Amino acid sequence: MKLPMFNPMRAAFAFLAVALISLPVLADEAAPTIDQRVAALEAYVNNSDPGKSLTGVPGPGHNAWMMTSSALVLFMTLPGLALFYGGLVRRKNVLSVLAQCLGIAGLVTIIWWAFGYSFVFGKSFSTGFLGRFLGGTEFALLRGVTSAPNTDYAYWVSHNVFAMYQLMFAIITPALIVGAVAERMKFSAILVFMTLWMLVVYFPLAHMVWGATGLMNGVWNAGAAIKAIDFAGGTVVHMSSGWSALILCLVIGPRLGFGREKMAPHSMVLCMVGTGMLWVGWYGFNAGSAVAADGIAANAFTTTTIATAVASFTWGMIERIFRGHASILGFCSGAVAGLVVITPATGFVTTTGAVIIGVLAATASYFFVTIVKARFGYDDALDTFGVHAVGGTLGAFLTGLLATGEVNGNLTSGAALKNGLARLVTEGGLWHEQLKAIGITLLLSVVATFIIASIVKVVIGLRPAPEVERQGLDLMEHGEEGYIE
Amino acid sequence: MKFIIAIIKPFKLEEVKEALSQLGIQGMTVTEVKGFGRQKGHTEIYRGSEYTVDFLPKVKIEVVVADDLVGRVVEGIVKAAKTGKIGDGKVFVLPIEDAVRIRTDERGEAAL
Repeated sequence: MKLPMFNPMRAAFAFLAVALISLPVLADEAAPTIDQRVAALEAYVNNSDPGKSLTGVPGPGHNAWMMTSSALVLFMTLPGLALFYGGLVRRKNVLSVLAQCLGIAGLVTIIWWAFGYSFVFGKSFSTGFLGRFLGGTEFALLRGVTSAPNTDYAYWVSHNVFAMYQLMFAIITPALIVGAVAERMKFSAILVFMTLWMLVVYFPLAHMVWGATGLMNGVWNAGAAIKAIDFAGGTVVHMSSGWSALILCLVIGPRLGFGREKMAPHSMVLCMVGTGMLWVGWYGFNAGSAVAADGIAANAFTTTTIATAVASFTWGMIERIFRGHASILGFCSGAVAGLVVITPATGFVTTTGAVIIGVLAATASYFFVTIVKARFGYDDALDTFGVHAVGGTLGAFLTGLLATGEVNGNLTSGAALKNGLARLVTEGGLWHEQLKAIGITLLLSVVATFIIASIVKVVIGLRPAPEVERQGLDLMEHGEEGYIE
Repeated sequence: MKFIIAIIKPFKLEEVKEALSQLGIQGMTVTEVKGFGRQKGHTEIYRGSEYTVDFLPKVKIEVVVADDLVGRVVEGIVKAAKTGKIGDGKVFVLPIEDAVRIRTDERGEAAL
């Protein structure tokens, strides 16, 4: 029998292994205790501060949900909104809508990477007056935006995932605007307008409402001057896009032949497919806005479902009663109206609140797109104003009446206690703060859009040549046809 | 020989084709067309916008038949395409000069 011989290689490995195992203990004398490690795991479950252990690492569950939510919100634009809008235009312009949604997705992503994310969620301006309106420059080119969480916004979600999630909101907001000016705006003018609009309207507004140092961030900014709340973007996304859409469609003027020619949707099937995608994607938008897979997300998921279903059904029934037919476009419009109005309220209201919101969402938007639009004769082609501005404004206001600390503890603790939001929620009066936020959003959107649209109109022009518009934007602007015989 | 043009409701095409086959008609040309007569169009409402659709979809059948068949063919089409409601369509009978079967150079009724 052979005896095991002394093997120098094996001895070296053994030494190295022992050294490596003992190294962390030797290097870090203040290793977390077992209590601290358990506390960190509890913090993961509770979506709170991990303390001494598990810092700098994302929590798998929360991160998984936020990556899923990010994909869902992108799905709302590509292809949800693109098909919803695409089906509603005439067949000669279907591709132009898809091109605008795709173009905006790429353009906004580049701006977001370059400085957009930093302007909204940075903090380097926080010491000065500017900090209320814009974030900072430290995250420009997404520098330092790594997989480790940014604890200003989420203890357990990777910073880069958070940045991508917020990017999807920045993509869909300008894409909503194109509905109002569909079939008659030059592609180049859209790209220039949207670039300026993101800079002047979206970034400041998103920072004011969601930024850690934001002027109107009642839930998270202890020093917020306006103690308003907006869970998933009633003001930032829907009011801003909707009111801007109205102004842009007034500046650009109606489509050629508006009111005389048939401008009926070319495919209600595409429109319905897009609506379904919007509804599904909106779970990422609303429930994802908890920035965690927690109880608040669960509440948002539930209220989103109920408000949307109620609004869709309500719109259909209003049509059935007053017009004789419950139309597909009616059900689709009601669903989108419900989604819009529940957006600012979704993580703050009960299911009863969601039912109230659903009924009012359908009623208000129906009134605007059928009666008000016909009375005033503006060509809001796909009803971005009637659904998103009206719904976003209504939602922001109703959130002030229906929000309750019962479903969201953040309304009555932390920063909300310091800035007085908690008192407004429990004793009433929040609607007053909501009106201030509505006023600022409306004013910024309307004034800035009018100025930007006027500048673009003078410098490069907003509309294509009349023969291009008559022939259709698909062939003339993009060199393709939607349907080849 | 006569050239018969029939404009009918699209869902009646199968019945008309069946009726003509039974009379020994061996071929026809069918086109999807749009138009209006006394039926006029209908109204569609999309949210606040109301549109009148003037042109309704119809099917146009073109068939050339021998003189002795004309009466029965017209009668067959009318019987098969009739619903009794407005919008059933029309049948036109036209004189025709000649016909040629391209494959064989046959002319006149022999070409049908």
